[in-house]
Amino acid sequence: MERKTKITAEDGKQEIMITREFDLPLELLFKAYEEPEIVEQWMGNKVLKMENKKHGSYQFENTDPQGNVVFRSNGSIHDFVPNQKITRTFEMENTPFPVQLEFLEFERLSDSTSKLTMHVVYKSVAVRDQILKLPFAQGINMAHNRLEDIVKHLN
Amino acid sequence: MNLRRDVFQAIADPTRRAILTLVASQAMTAGAIAANFDTARPTVSKHLQILTECELLGQTQNGREIYYHLNPKKMKAIADFIEPFRSMWDDRFNKLESIMKNYKPKK
Repeated sequence: MERKTKITAEDGKQEIMITREFDLPLELLFKAYEEPEIVEQWMGNKVLKMENKKHGSYQFENTDPQGNVVFRSNGSIHDFVPNQKITRTFEMENTPFPVQLEFLEFERLSDSTSKLTMHVVYKSVAVRDQILKLPFAQGINMAHNRLEDIVKHLN
Repeated sequence: MNLRRDVFQAIADPTRRAILTLVASQAMTAGAIAANFDTARPTVSKHLQILTECELLGQTQNGREIYYHLNPKKMKAIADFIEPFRSMWDDRFNKLESIMKNYKPKK
């Protein structure tokens, strides 16, 4: 599959840009961000609260396959213009990571295609780099755990 | 065997990281690599096999000897630490796309 999702993270900057083109009309792309049941499906989390309006807020809950709460996240919605943009903050609860600011822009490319641009601003360059490395670190941790499991079974 | 599925699993092991560092400067035979470790030879062979399957190491035949060398292309994939972050979002967006392609508006 071709790489449709692009990340731009320039050295020494405290922001990143995530862009993605979809084989979906703009309205359907935006709906995936607007309707809690759909958000739950593709984000793989539970939506505890979602007020899609200026001065609104949202809260998500992530659980592991056993149903235990792994972490919750929340944010304030600063701007919500259907089929155009969402401006919001995002914060992982009970973690050392500071809140981040997200500008989501939705664009129509053709009747059947659309584009999302996600501009994320972090508190500092160091925080940005740390968050970018999270999935990388998780990949290594998972490998460690799997190796440990295998070693245990050898004994 | 899913142990060898990706490069991140390969570099999670300290011995394997040490092997990569060793062959970074020059191609080496399995015997020469094993001589640098206290571990049993079959253990080192196993590590070499995993690293080769992940394409972090390449093999070249020189007479009767097989030399292991670093595969710079694959090493670059590790250096690119953003890639797991990108593929996390790519997975999510792929899911979003397939869900919305099958989306039926509620009446």
